[in-house]
Amino acid sequence: MSFELETADINPENLRRVAIDPVSRVEGHGKVTLLLDENNQVHQVRLHIVEFRGFERFIQGRPYWEVPVMVQRLCGICPVSHHLAASKAMDIVVGAAQLTPTAEKMRRLMHYGQILQSHALHFFHLSSPDLLFGFDSDVAKRNIVGIAAQYPEIAKKGILLRKFGQEVIRITAGKRVHGTGSIPGGVNKSLSKDERTELLKDAYTMVAWSREAVNIIKQLHQQNPALYDTFGAFRSSFMSLVAADGSLDLYHGALRARDADGKILFDQMDYQNYDQVITEEVKPWSYMKFPFFTALGPEAGWYKVGPLARVQNCDNIPTPLAEYERREFVAYAGGKPSHATLGYHWARMIEMLFAAETIKDLLHDDDLEGTDLVLSGERQKEGVGVIEAPRGTLFHHYRVGDNDLVTMANLIVSTTNNNQAMNTAVREVAKKYLNGREITEGLLNHIEVAIRAFDPCLSCATHALGQMPLEVSLIDAEGGVISRVSKDSDGLRRLT
Amino acid sequence: MSDTFILDGEEIPFEPGQTLIEAAKAAGKYIPHLCWHPDFVAHGSCKLCTVKVNGRFVSGCTAQAAPGQNVENRTPELDDKRRTLLQLLFVEGNHFCPSCEKSGNCALQATAYELGMLTPHFDHFYPDRPVDASHTDVLLDFNRCIMCELCVRASRDVDGKNVFALSGRGIDSHLIVNSASGRLGDTDFAASDRAAKVCPVGVILKKRVGFAKPIGARDYDARPISQHVKESR
Repeated sequence: MSFELETADINPENLRRVAIDPVSRVEGHGKVTLLLDENNQVHQVRLHIVEFRGFERFIQGRPYWEVPVMVQRLCGICPVSHHLAASKAMDIVVGAAQLTPTAEKMRRLMHYGQILQSHALHFFHLSSPDLLFGFDSDVAKRNIVGIAAQYPEIAKKGILLRKFGQEVIRITAGKRVHGTGSIPGGVNKSLSKDERTELLKDAYTMVAWSREAVNIIKQLHQQNPALYDTFGAFRSSFMSLVAADGSLDLYHGALRARDADGKILFDQMDYQNYDQVITEEVKPWSYMKFPFFTALGPEAGWYKVGPLARVQNCDNIPTPLAEYERREFVAYAGGKPSHATLGYHWARMIEMLFAAETIKDLLHDDDLEGTDLVLSGERQKEGVGVIEAPRGTLFHHYRVGDNDLVTMANLIVSTTNNNQAMNTAVREVAKKYLNGREITEGLLNHIEVAIRAFDPCLSCATHALGQMPLEVSLIDAEGGVISRVSKDSDGLRRLT
Repeated sequence: MSDTFILDGEEIPFEPGQTLIEAAKAAGKYIPHLCWHPDFVAHGSCKLCTVKVNGRFVSGCTAQAAPGQNVENRTPELDDKRRTLLQLLFVEGNHFCPSCEKSGNCALQATAYELGMLTPHFDHFYPDRPVDASHTDVLLDFNRCIMCELCVRASRDVDGKNVFALSGRGIDSHLIVNSASGRLGDTDFAASDRAAKVCPVGVILKKRVGFAKPIGARDYDARPISQHVKESR
């Protein structure tokens, strides 16, 4: 099946191709291709993920205890999320579904440090130039250096918020990037009194600055609702983990999905059975898979994940300041789910506040200095670990043989969950802003602004070696297509 | 009073029969090495301990100390050659330190840091070396083998089991397991064997305990490998 603007409705040879390559200020490498006719009407828009990682394949044959460390190399931005999702899957494998209080709290601290640093990086470094200067402002200024020159206080706080998150990670995982703190069944260290004191010193300031960040994006929405409420907006279902009581929990919970009107599709679904509700589809033009809710099918079953989904999917946020902001967000949306793509930024800052408050609360918990770090029980052959990574729901699924080597790995990365949503957002923007107009850098940046709102991590999302669809075209000197051959999971087939 | 020789300009005492590396270690001086271990007969194969004695290259682990020797050890010329040897070891195997559980406790990695190896320099061989997970308690990851033969010596000379051996010649040399199937699980190898604890790299690994030691507490996190020699004399 194909969505509107996914594949050109007329012969593509007669269309002009415009490529945004690479998409900038996102993690990883991606490009957008547009096919336009002579009147600049858009006929095709695709977000391509042009790099390939293949972790699902080369994890196979490795010992299971190595996986939480190895998979972090998927990414330098949110390695902790992969570290913890893999650890959670391996907890199941070693028979330790329930961790010791010290282990669980250390992991939570690590994870909320990750959320804080990643959200700060995305908002201040990557997106604030668009939001504070304007989408088609001077491209030379539209970056973090421009922000530092014009809004030095905002830039400074953004950088220090991120630094604090990274310090939390360093102290819990051993290194700011690619640590080893979490192991199957628990953690390999707890906090010392000095480490707690060091982090607590700045924890309250981080809460205050996170609150200011929520206010920045909230004011932008309120000042220009015509833009913020409609830009790249599209209706879709959405999904996230929620705690047993329905509250927001980014470390652990069960799956809840709602349709575009907010009606519950499924709730408190044990993620060990995620494959009963989600199917992944491959398409010949992208390395990234397209997941959808099995019950609804690929056409209606795609969904979005991440901050916008999470903040609206939960019943409440368990920290007071973030809960106050969530209620304001919900009230602004008029009691119905908001599908505003730029609403991702607002929801993301509410989550950053939640992370800062959670870190502050955790640091007052003496369990962090405990010595009971690891548990094990009856060995299992299979485990699924799911976590709410900064960009959305992250699935790690492994099977482990009796000899302790991994025999199967399946990863559904946050950005993969948002694949169709991002493609839809850029098509909406292309239709509204580009159709019939002369293409300029500023207009093309509108496409990137829509992609950036999802905070995609493109490098994380491409792993299914051996199933990759591929299409090869043989073109003569005049540009005519002589033949096309495609390879998909069913084998090789000649198209023309 | 014992005899002495000169090591990098310093007078080092030695007992009769001591090798250069033994005397240096006893004096707290580090001569880089990988295949040498004080508990086993010297092997002289990795050549990391190559020093210059009165202008001639010799292996520090096999050459006897003698009075009046002038020994060059940590000179730019020798460390440069050692770096090249390390680079060759890295490209001949599959050494992915970022996900290796031996990282931080690995003599090869620590020696590379000590000698300032910044890149592999040579093209990687990417050899196909399967993992042997057949034993209940111990994993063999041949990808990281540097053929120091410490496990061969430990199993043969201490454990009396002869579990390991080198096979093949030249570039095809590789570590094998002495059983009809070639699998560790079909030998009488035990996790308590000396050979299970002697591997300087990440080949012979106790199962299910990887990464239990946090970053900061690993063998070479706080001090470089050269300092360990000084502390363990």
